[in-house]
Amino acid sequence: MITVAGLHLKHFISVRDLDRSQIDHLIHRASEIAESGADQEPLKGKILGLLFFEPSTRTRMSFESAMLRLGGSCMNLGGVEVSSMAKGETLADTIRVVSGYADTIVLRHPKVGAARLASEFADVPVINGGDGAGQHPSQTLIDLYTIHQSMPLDGIKIGLIGDLMYGRTTHSLAYALTRYQAEIHAISPKGLGLPDSIKHDLKELGCEIIEHESVEEIIRELDVLYVTRFQRERFPDPAQFFDIAASYRINPTLLEGVRENLILLHPLPRVDEIDPAVDRLPYARYFEQARNGVPVRMAMLLEVMQ
Amino acid sequence: MKNYNYQEGLLINPISNGTVIDHITGGEGLTVLRILKITGSTSECVSVATNVLSNALGTKDVVKIENRELKTEEVDRIALIAPNATINIIRDKRVVEKKGVEIPDILVGVVHCPNPCCITNTNEPVMSRFSVQGPRLICEYCDTVISSDISSYII
Repeated sequence: MITVAGLHLKHFISVRDLDRSQIDHLIHRASEIAESGADQEPLKGKILGLLFFEPSTRTRMSFESAMLRLGGSCMNLGGVEVSSMAKGETLADTIRVVSGYADTIVLRHPKVGAARLASEFADVPVINGGDGAGQHPSQTLIDLYTIHQSMPLDGIKIGLIGDLMYGRTTHSLAYALTRYQAEIHAISPKGLGLPDSIKHDLKELGCEIIEHESVEEIIRELDVLYVTRFQRERFPDPAQFFDIAASYRINPTLLEGVRENLILLHPLPRVDEIDPAVDRLPYARYFEQARNGVPVRMAMLLEVMQ
Repeated sequence: MKNYNYQEGLLINPISNGTVIDHITGGEGLTVLRILKITGSTSECVSVATNVLSNALGTKDVVKIENRELKTEEVDRIALIAPNATINIIRDKRVVEKKGVEIPDILVGVVHCPNPCCITNTNEPVMSRFSVQGPRLICEYCDTVISSDISSYII
């Protein structure tokens, strides 16, 4: 549920709500902010409400940093255990109340669709900071912005690797890349591939997914490799987890012979998916990607609050 | 099982006032009653004929509900499982209105989301909402897709 007036959105709930011109506009705005900063504390006197019902480091801190850099202030929920949710209050009521305290709300919640629901009860813009296994639009915009720093988004060949069954970042990114006619390669072990429903949707949007079980067979053809974490809890047998994690690990040897312009992205935190020796190679862009969280989120805040 | 030809005789009596739902997909008559929330404990006088021979459908079910005229939003819920159903509103033994059913673009509070982690399956004051895209229903909150066995998700 977004309200579009020109390019001004009322909420950021899902990247699927954004068309190409809106994504391009946000990327352009983030580039301007990264180059020359924001003008004259444009959000001075405004308050951002950070409602995080799940742990977060990067998303919460980078939204906070973005708001402070724009001259505004932040208000935190504090721990869920000390909030009224612990007394049984619904999210809908919490959102109605916090709407009176903050000028925009960033919400992270364990239930899928929580941000959509919040947008229906809020009187102020809601930005989805991740809802369970659902959407995380700011992460996707950061991913697109980071790719855009190195190459035009149109027609890129991108490999998505890891637990593609449950990984929300890969799903959102794949949807967004359909706007740019990207060639998407899904690299995962059997049983952890992209869900059929998502493959069906992507096909409807004109993007046929090419699936691989081995990263070696495709890595030399890629412009972007987007690496995600395997979650140990998905594997009933710990030995199987370690075998799979090792066989999909990105190391310097694997990167021999790849395209010169290849970039490696990771939404972080990483565990063992990328060998630390790769950090020193020119392909590694994941820490830059994390830093890009600030200008991209500044662009998002300006979009809904100005 | 022997099939009865509805066309050849009156399998169930005509009604004076109420609603006749005809051309229900064979075997789905009882599900239609469930969707309409008509059970043994509700007051309506209801007749059901199942697996009646039909030229168009092979077999069909027919439901007659006395003294209750179904509203459009009620009958459109039926379209999920009986897209060919026709609704006849009867007054004084005469058909005063005849209409088909149409699946709405958005279904609110009609089916529950199969995703246990969906926000609509919590105590939040919100009804399920699905967009209808061809044969698929897509949860507007969590994007979960229902593509088969839709009747088992009907609330």
